[in-house]
Amino acid sequence: MDQFIEWIKQPWPWYVAGPLIGLTVPALLLLGNKSFGISSSLRHMCAACMPANIPFFTYNWKKEVWNLVFVLGILLGGVVASLWLSNPESIVVAESTQEDLRALGISDFRQLLPAEIFHWGNLLTMKGLFFFVIGGFLVGFGTRYAGGCTSGHAIMGISNLQWPSLVATIFFMLGGFAMTHFLLPLIMNWVGI
Amino acid sequence: MKVKEEKINKNENQSAGLDSPVNCEAPNMQQVPESSTQLLKYLVVGILFGIVFVKAEIISWFRIQEMFRLQSFFMYGVIGSAILVGILSIQLIKRFQVKTFDGEPIKIADKEFRKGQVIGGFIFGLGWALTGACPGPLFAQIGTGFTVVAVTLLSAVFGTWVYGRFADKLPN
Repeated sequence: MDQFIEWIKQPWPWYVAGPLIGLTVPALLLLGNKSFGISSSLRHMCAACMPANIPFFTYNWKKEVWNLVFVLGILLGGVVASLWLSNPESIVVAESTQEDLRALGISDFRQLLPAEIFHWGNLLTMKGLFFFVIGGFLVGFGTRYAGGCTSGHAIMGISNLQWPSLVATIFFMLGGFAMTHFLLPLIMNWVGI
Repeated sequence: MKVKEEKINKNENQSAGLDSPVNCEAPNMQQVPESSTQLLKYLVVGILFGIVFVKAEIISWFRIQEMFRLQSFFMYGVIGSAILVGILSIQLIKRFQVKTFDGEPIKIADKEFRKGQVIGGFIFGLGWALTGACPGPLFAQIGTGFTVVAVTLLSAVFGTWVYGRFADKLPN
């Protein structure tokens, strides 16, 4: 048992995590005819809290409450994992990535997210504006415009052999490459660390 | 304006064809409504899913950087093997006409191609690399104690709202 707990606390390899994530697809279908998707929860929140007579938000969101329960579960899963299953060691980041990020001014590699950026003290700074406010906006606006995110398109859509989902996934990746290689250096230079 | 709105309603209705005036993508296909106790199963799946996210460090900003810098195979392995298991599962469900545990035939809505998948997809990609998170990991990051990510989430909800507000004016 101790050995098992020890193993659970280690970071899980991709060939364990990937198939488990893939199994969410049949699990949700079998449990209640639900298609796996997460960004839709953001739309349901808008529909529930401020539909403002916008046609895009005037649908029966109560029928989709399962999706909000599901994302609440994801948040609680984060709590459970960090309270009882967390790995005491620092995260292992590829040497080459560490080198690239140091050049941009990011040098704290102990936690899952760079501590220099992701804390409340940055909320009203330029860092906060870019990484929280603008970043979040791009995620919310972009996923809805695309009709799905990594889960709805890349995993659920491609699993169901939908070519529009493959197109969406390719453009997710292109956007990520553009940000990482062209825009992030400019932003880091501008907000300063 | 009015005509455009009606057109959107019509399109969305056609793609899903359920009772509400407008339908969302990937609508709930369950025919019998579920009680709040029945909804608990989604909480459990969500919790397990969130644990995997954290334990495999998929919610890490650094993992996403490694991926977009092509400096680690990890995220490609995760997404690739998830898709493989997903394809296999859906093929089996379709081949053997597997039903839900309540005995309903399983239905999955098709995705229609729209320009949004190109433009919106690219915009989401920019945000993904900046925040180090797609919508799922945003929730898990908050759970692990990076509570400031709640601001990112709030901004993402606002971004969704702004899209909805101007959806009929954007190329699609």
